[in-house]
Amino acid sequence: MAHKVKINGETRELDVPEDMPLLWALRGELGMVGTKFGCGKGLCGACTVHVDGVATRSCSLPVGSVGDKEVTTIEALAETPVGRALQQAWLDEDVMQCGYCQAGQLMNATALLNRNPKPDTRQIDAAMSGNICRCACYGRIREAIAQVAEKGTANV
Amino acid sequence: MSETATSVKLNRRTLLKAGAVAGGGLFLSATMPFAARAAAGAAPEAGTLSAFVTIAPDNTITIVGKNPEIGQGIKTMLPMLIADELDADWDLVRIEQADFNPEKYGFQFAGGSFATPMNWIPMRQVGASARQMLLEAAAHHWGTAPSSLRTEKSRVIEPETGRSITYGELAAQAAKSSVPDPEKVRLKDPKDFTIIGRAIGGIDSPRIVKGEPIFGVDTQLPGMKYAAFERAPVFGARLVSADLAAAQAVPGVEDVFVLKGEDNPEGLIDGVAIVANSWWTANKAREQLKIEWDNGQWASHSSEKYDAKARELMQGSPAKTLASDGDVDAAFSGAAKVLEAEYAYPFLAHVAMEPMNCTALCHDDGKMELWAPTQIPQSGHGGVAKMLNLPPEKVIVHLTRMGGGFGRRLSNDFMHQAAAIAAKKPGTPIQLIWSREDDVRSDFYRPAGWHRLRAALDDSGKLAGIDGHFVTFETGGEVPMPASMDGSEFPAKFVPNMRYGQSSIDTRVPMGSLRAPRSNAIAFVLQSFLDEIAHEQGRDLPALMLELLAGREKLPDAKTPFGVQPGFDPARATAVINKALAMSDWKAGAPSGRGKGFGFYFSHLGYFAEVVEASVSAKGQVQPHHVWAAGDVGSHIINPHGAMNQAQGAIIDGLGQAMALAVNIEGGAVSQSNFHDYQLPRITMVPRIEVEFVKSDNPPTGLGEPALPPVIPALTNAIFAATGKRVRSLPIDRSLLG
Repeated sequence: MAHKVKINGETRELDVPEDMPLLWALRGELGMVGTKFGCGKGLCGACTVHVDGVATRSCSLPVGSVGDKEVTTIEALAETPVGRALQQAWLDEDVMQCGYCQAGQLMNATALLNRNPKPDTRQIDAAMSGNICRCACYGRIREAIAQVAEKGTANV
Repeated sequence: MSETATSVKLNRRTLLKAGAVAGGGLFLSATMPFAARAAAGAAPEAGTLSAFVTIAPDNTITIVGKNPEIGQGIKTMLPMLIADELDADWDLVRIEQADFNPEKYGFQFAGGSFATPMNWIPMRQVGASARQMLLEAAAHHWGTAPSSLRTEKSRVIEPETGRSITYGELAAQAAKSSVPDPEKVRLKDPKDFTIIGRAIGGIDSPRIVKGEPIFGVDTQLPGMKYAAFERAPVFGARLVSADLAAAQAVPGVEDVFVLKGEDNPEGLIDGVAIVANSWWTANKAREQLKIEWDNGQWASHSSEKYDAKARELMQGSPAKTLASDGDVDAAFSGAAKVLEAEYAYPFLAHVAMEPMNCTALCHDDGKMELWAPTQIPQSGHGGVAKMLNLPPEKVIVHLTRMGGGFGRRLSNDFMHQAAAIAAKKPGTPIQLIWSREDDVRSDFYRPAGWHRLRAALDDSGKLAGIDGHFVTFETGGEVPMPASMDGSEFPAKFVPNMRYGQSSIDTRVPMGSLRAPRSNAIAFVLQSFLDEIAHEQGRDLPALMLELLAGREKLPDAKTPFGVQPGFDPARATAVINKALAMSDWKAGAPSGRGKGFGFYFSHLGYFAEVVEASVSAKGQVQPHHVWAAGDVGSHIINPHGAMNQAQGAIIDGLGQAMALAVNIEGGAVSQSNFHDYQLPRITMVPRIEVEFVKSDNPPTGLGEPALPPVIPALTNAIFAATGKRVRSLPIDRSLLG
C-alpha cells in the first residue's frame, strides 16, 4: 500500500507495508541512510528523526502512523540555524570517534535546543540520556551543546 | 587481537616484519612497500609518487589511509605522519581509504593498539621519500643541487634566490624518478614537526554530521537485496532440519535457504538465510522459520555451573603453572599473616553501535566482491576464498568505515555469511545485516574468569609472597589468547616469591578480544588485591606500588614466538603514578561521603595510572564523580584530539563495564539480547575526566586500549575507601553495597 509521507519538506510516496518502521523505509526505500539502525527497540536513539519537531525513534514508528506530520532527518539538519550551529560545534569540539550514533545525537540535541535554547548541564544530560554513544564521547557532546547554548546561532 | 590476527601469513614482498605478540606486545620493525608502483610493473601515473602519495597539478595531495577506521582516528592519524615528513600543506591534503591490498600497503588491520608503534617510522619514511623525489625534481628543474633547497607547505623553496615552486608543478616529473631507499631517507628532527602534535579533527567528521553514506551498512548497490541469517541460539549446535515454507510465503521474501557450515564460529556456521526486498521483511520472515537444532551436550552449559565448577577448581591444585619465582611455599610457611581472596568477572559483549553487516556481490565469472566493515580484512579475505574455493585474486575486499569495533570485528563470521549467501544469488548484491539481538547473542565474548589469591606478609608486614590460581576457559583443549594469562603481569618479578597457576573449563561459548584483552580483567584482580595488601599494611596502594618499583631496573625485552616485546620499565610506571597522585591531590583524600581509589596498569605498551573519586548511595548506587589519568605512551602525542578522545572513551568504557555489564549463559545460550538488559553507560553517569600525558624518550605507542584497564580497580578501590566494602566480583553488585 502506498503512503504519502512528508520528509524534509517533500512529499514522498512509500509503497511499503503500513507496519514497516519509518527507519527501514528511509534507508531501504528512499536511500536516505543518514538515519542509523542501532537496536530496533527504541533503546539507543541512533535512529532519531524529528516528527513535527519532536525527537522520535524511527525504528519504532510505523510508516502508516506518520500521517501528515512533517518528518525531518539528518540529511536536512543544516537547513535550520540550530542544526547548523550544532553541526559546527560537533566539528569544533571534534566530538566523535566512530560517529555512527552522531546523527541521532545531533537530531536529539537540535530538538532540545529548539524547545530550550539555554539548557544547563543537568538539562542537557536529562535530554540526551536516551542516546547511547558506545565510544563514550559524552563529555564532548555535553560541551558542544553547551557551546551552542552559550553562543547562540547568530553566526551560522 | 585474536589468534587469527597473529597467525596471518604476510606476503614477503610487503617486507613487513611486524609480529604480534599474544596480549598486545609487539616488536617494531617494518618496512613499507614503497616500490609498489614498480613492483606492480605498471606505467607510472602522473603525479603518483608511491602507493600512498599522489599530487595533482593544482597542488592537492591525496594520501592513502591504509588501515581500517573503527573510530580510533587512524584514517586521520597515519596520513598526518606522511604529510609532516612530506612538508605538505595540510589544508590541501585529501585522504582516501585504501581497499584491502597487502602487497601494496602492507599489513592492514585495527587492533591491539598496534597502528602507532608499527607505523611511526614507516609512514614517516613514506612522506620523506616523496619529499626527496620532489626535491630532486625541483633541483633538476632549476639545474641546482637538492641540498641547496628546502620545503615548506607543499612548495620547494630555494632560499638563496627566494624562488619557489609548488609540489603540484613538480609532481609529474617527480613521479618519473626512482623511489629512494626508505631506510636511507633522512627523517625530520622532531623539533621541526608541524603536523605531528597538532590537534586535528576527524577527517570524515564533516560528512558524518551531514548523515552522508560512509559506514559499511550505508553501502548501496543497484538491485541490492537484504539478508538476515538465523543461527542456533545454543553455541555449538548443528542444524538438523528446517521448514522454510512459512518464511518463504511472506510477501517481499525472495529466497530462503539452509547454509551448512563448519563447526567453527570464526567461519560459516549452520543457519538459514532469508533474502528479501527489505531487511525488515527478511527479519520478519525469520519469525516464521521452524528449525530443528541438535544441541549436543552444550545446552546444559550455564554461567551458574561455570561458577560452581570454577570455585571447586580454585580449591585444588592448578592444572598448569604459569609462573614461579623464588620459594613461595617457604614464604607462606614463614608468614606472620596470610591474606586470601577470590575474584571473578563475567563474559562481556562488544556491542559496537553499527551492528555486524557485510555487502557482497558474486559476479558472473565467480569473482566475489565484498564491502566489509572488518578490523582484519586479511583473515576475512582468506576465509572467504577458502570457503568458496576461489583463488585469492577472485576475492575483492573494500574497506568501509565502521561504527565501532572494540575487537568484535577481528572475527569475520559475518563476511563468511554474506559471501555464502551472495554466492547463491549470482549477479544480485546482498546486504547482510544482523539485528542487535544477533549481535549480543552471537559475539566472541570477553571470557569470564576467576582468581584465587593468597598473599604472605612477614613479621614486619612486608609482602613476602603471592600465590595465585586462575580459572579460565578452553575450547577443544586450547585456551584462546583472550582467556589466557602469561604469568608475567605485574607484580610478577617485583615480589620475591610469586607463583601463578591455571586451570580451565571446557566451553563452546566463542571467545575473543575486547578492548585491552586480558588486561581489562586482570588489572581489576591484581590491582584490587594489591590494594587489599596495602590496606592490611596500613598504607595505600600507591605507596605499596612505589615501594615495589623503587630502585628496580627495566625488565629485559621478552623473546616470544612472534618477536620481541619491550620489557616493563619501572621508571615510566613511577612517573605516571606520581603524576596521577599530583593531579588528583591524592594526599588530601576525598571529600566527606566520597572515596578515592587508585589503579595502575601497563598494557599494549602504554603506562597508565588513574584515580577515581566516587560515592555510594544508601541504596548502593555507585557514582563516579571525577577521574584523573596520567599516561605515558612515548615521546609524542601525534593527534591530541584523537588521543584525548581515546583515553576518555576508554575510561568511560571501563567504568561502564564495572558498573553494569555481564553476559550470562543459560541453557548454552546468551540470556541478554539488547540495550535494556545490556546497559551501556549513558551521559548521566559520565564523571569529570582529566587526562595528562607524561612524555618520555620512547617511540610513540597506541592509545586505543591502555587507558581502560586501571580505571576498573581505581573505581572498586574508591568504593572500598568510601564504604569499607571490597568489590571482588564484577559487575559491581549494588545489593552488597546498600
